[in-house]
Amino acid sequence: MVAENQSKSLGITLRVWRQAGPSQPGRFVEYQSKDLNPNMSFLEMLDVVNDELTRKGEEPIAFAHDCREGICGTCSCTINGKPHGPGKGVATCQVYMRSFRDGDVVTVEPFRAAAFPVIKDLVVDRSAFDRIQQAGGFITARAGSAPDANALPVPKPDADLAMDAATCIGCGACVAACKNASAMLFVAAKVGHLGLLPQGQAERERRVLAMVGVMDAEGFGNCTNQYECSAACPKLISHDFIARMNRDYFAASLKAAVKPVSLGGSGGA
Amino acid sequence: MATLDSRIPSGPLADKWRKHKTEIKLVNPANKRKYEIIVVGAGLAGASAASTLADLGYKVKNFVFHDSPRRAHSIAAQGGINAAKNYQNDGDSVYRLFYDPLKGGDYRAREANVHRLAEVSVNIIDQCAALGVPFAREYGGLLANRSFGGAQVSRTFYARGQTGQQLLLGAYSSLSRTVGAGLVELHSHSEMLDLVVVNGHAKGIIVRNLVTGEITRHSADAVILATGGYGNVYNLSTYARGSNCTAIMRAYRRGACLANPCYTQIHPTCIPVSGDYQSKLTLMSESLRNDGRIWAPKNPADRLKAPNEIAEQDRDYFLERLYPSFGNLCPRDVASRAAKRACDDGRGVGESGLGVYLDFADAIKRLGENGVRERYGNLFDIYHEITAESAYKTPMRIYPAVHYTMGGLWVDYNLMSNVPGLFVLGEANFSDHGANRLGASALMQGLADGYFVIPYTIGDYLAGQKPGSRPSADGAEFKAAEDSVRGQTSRFLSTKGKEPVSHFHKRLGKIMWEYCGMARTKESLETALQKIPALREEFRANVNVPGSAETLNQSLEQAGRVADFIDLGELLCRDALTREESCGGHFREEHQHPDGECKRDDEKFAHVAAWEFQGEGKTPLRNVEPLNYEFVKMSVRNYK
Ligand SMILES: Cc1cc2nc3c(=O)[nH]c(=O)nc-3n(C[C@H](O)[C@H](O)[C@H](O)COP(=O)(O)OP(=O)(O)OC[C@H]3O[C@@H](n4cnc5c(N)ncnc54)[C@H](O)[C@@H]3O)c2cc1C
Ligand code: SF4
Ligand code: FES
Repeated sequence: MVAENQSKSLGITLRVWRQAGPSQPGRFVEYQSKDLNPNMSFLEMLDVVNDELTRKGEEPIAFAHDCREGICGTCSCTINGKPHGPGKGVATCQVYMRSFRDGDVVTVEPFRAAAFPVIKDLVVDRSAFDRIQQAGGFITARAGSAPDANALPVPKPDADLAMDAATCIGCGACVAACKNASAMLFVAAKVGHLGLLPQGQAERERRVLAMVGVMDAEGFGNCTNQYECSAACPKLISHDFIARMNRDYFAASLKAAVKPVSLGGSGGA
Repeated sequence: MATLDSRIPSGPLADKWRKHKTEIKLVNPANKRKYEIIVVGAGLAGASAASTLADLGYKVKNFVFHDSPRRAHSIAAQGGINAAKNYQNDGDSVYRLFYDPLKGGDYRAREANVHRLAEVSVNIIDQCAALGVPFAREYGGLLANRSFGGAQVSRTFYARGQTGQQLLLGAYSSLSRTVGAGLVELHSHSEMLDLVVVNGHAKGIIVRNLVTGEITRHSADAVILATGGYGNVYNLSTYARGSNCTAIMRAYRRGACLANPCYTQIHPTCIPVSGDYQSKLTLMSESLRNDGRIWAPKNPADRLKAPNEIAEQDRDYFLERLYPSFGNLCPRDVASRAAKRACDDGRGVGESGLGVYLDFADAIKRLGENGVRERYGNLFDIYHEITAESAYKTPMRIYPAVHYTMGGLWVDYNLMSNVPGLFVLGEANFSDHGANRLGASALMQGLADGYFVIPYTIGDYLAGQKPGSRPSADGAEFKAAEDSVRGQTSRFLSTKGKEPVSHFHKRLGKIMWEYCGMARTKESLETALQKIPALREEFRANVNVPGSAETLNQSLEQAGRVADFIDLGELLCRDALTREESCGGHFREEHQHPDGECKRDDEKFAHVAAWEFQGEGKTPLRNVEPLNYEFVKMSVRNYK
């Protein structure tokens, strides 16, 4: 294996989306970024650009980041039209300058979707994802009430598949990659993770109905099975989970329509 | 002088927690909703605490600087979480899970705290499994375990290489449930910038909304900080870039004691720094040392040669040479210091000269390339992604990096600081790891604190506070704290100096690493204690924070954090200077055994040093809490 770019140093022209605030208009601004070490990460390149801007007394480019190792899901740039950039199965923070050539023009935008309004420059508001989780992305189990962990065996294939889905980092690249700005892959990953486990059965129907309901209310679009989402996903989460969720959803909707519901009554002396 | 009453219950070790739980005060269920609790942080410790307290009936407000609680730094933990389940039938027990970290911490933690941690560890696994954490399983469907450093049993539970992510998402799911049910009021993108103390009790915080810049006051009956570790005082570390010490430092300035800041953990196998632009160091799992051999060239002149051009007899397998019985698997701190010494001798490899080789050539000969790929494929991939080098063809370059901080705010057995009403959980407190933390025990501590300790112990404090007695946020103390936050913000914005905040953070990191890193001496620490105040002056005079306070302003956020890192760095060096012994992660060159091992001084230093703020520019006060070992004999840590 050799590096994609072995040169000692490179320079690129950046076209960066600058937008002062949610209700301000945005535009592309060009910056020259020179003498870059190919081993720099893309975000380190932005750090350097920002330090130069600051020294000139200009406002640095706001961009989201934290772990810088592909696990927190904070970073969220669309690079040359691709959410998280050119690589497969990586997040923005895992893009290195060696994937560009000297003299390249590189366009950097925020993740675009109606449900992800721009906060500033490259930073978007993804709190809609939190609200979807709050609607049903959980198993209700209060601390202290759990049985012994080995009391409920989970077949290994189910546990492994659940883990595949659970690796979602909540970045939103799937939404940004979809021409309908659908959040199906994100929601399906959580529904799949919890629905595959025996622990998740009690709330399985409620969960899928509630999460899909909030997803629609938040203004995400419909899924038209183009699967751009999986291709952009840094964790390569399979679109099979979407089909699985659709089955769950229809089954749960049917049941909700015909099943008598207990009126409950949790009072007591 | 602060009063440091550890409030360790009396009686036999194994009975202390049970006894304590039956003796501390309770809040009656109908009264719980009359109490409001602020939780700052939603990592493992904060998220588990917030949801559990809400389920108990308390009103909870949760603040995180992240845009979502799911992004806390806990997400990045890889290896696993310990628990004394003894599912492997290999002789594990609560006592062993108590003894191993106590010894690993070089006998500088409290026995009672560590024992409690081992006791509740079993409940943590049950709780996480119930929440749907997809732990690794065996074919029979039962939970799998792996082994970890510092232990002779297999007690580590894991979810591939993403255990922290899965545990955090579990805690986040409960937090989300309680937010959705209206039991927790969630404030994301909200940074706590001050603690409000009223009549000596912690009763609120001042918060800046990072998106709108709005500064707000929040009053409560108790405040919980679960704000993580302070390793970024070194600038470069395995921490997330946003991890910071602002919450604990602002609490320190309001009277909370900061304990043992000099206990920092440096992990030997990380990908080295490749240039001045570097922002982050990536951990390469310790497991690689099972099959990789660590070496540096014997001759400084060879250091820039390609490794395959350096003949076998010109290589120094220094760990095997220095520690023949343990070789490449010697403890983390020993391995880190040996690598540093090789580089200090001018034998470090790579452009920066700060690196040694971790060589798999022998392992490939023995196991074949595929054999090595099976064991470590994903780590080799990460290494390739970052360095563009194939470790199958050429040895990895590695160097130690800052990874964890054992010190933190002082807390008693109830996890309450010396400021009544202020509780501290997770990595932000000092309590359970002594001078060195064993692998897979930070995740355990965070969740123990949040799920199983604070829900009991906070009641003991609240029961003594009249329901509805929490002060109004209009009070003088709240106003003073808000004014101080606004004052700092406008000072940063109006300085209009020449250098970006990052410039000062990098320089602080270099001072800390060079003079207070893996090995410390009286001279080096005294040098640091001169350089840091000078840096502070320069920072105040010459920092440039562009933009305004009314929008998202990342330079402004950074400025506040770096100001606090500078103060913490100074305190850390002061603590290291006064601790005239070596223990765990704190290595004073003056105090070592002939074989280079830490030489503790139990006579003089078997105590916690808890630093108390005395005012701007004044030397802080060093309070002492003696460590009384009732059950275990302090001995020389020996892994040979
Ligand atoms: C690369 C890596 C791998 C690791 N692997 C392991 C492992 O395998 N096993 C193990 O046991 N441990 C491991 N650790 C250590 C472990 O991950 C941490 O110690 C632990 O997760 C800390 O959890 P926490 O809840 O205390 O803090 P964090 O997860 O750091 O959370 C801090 C929270 O506080 C909030 N916050 C901080 N300051 C403020 C403020 N001023 N205002 C508002 N909010 C604030 C943040 O938003 C965040 O929500 C690893 C650490 C690293 C760096
Ligand atoms: S499914 Fe993939 S792309 Fe979508 S949020 Fe999760 S990790 Fe990101
Ligand atoms: S910064 Fe955490 S995933 Fe990129």
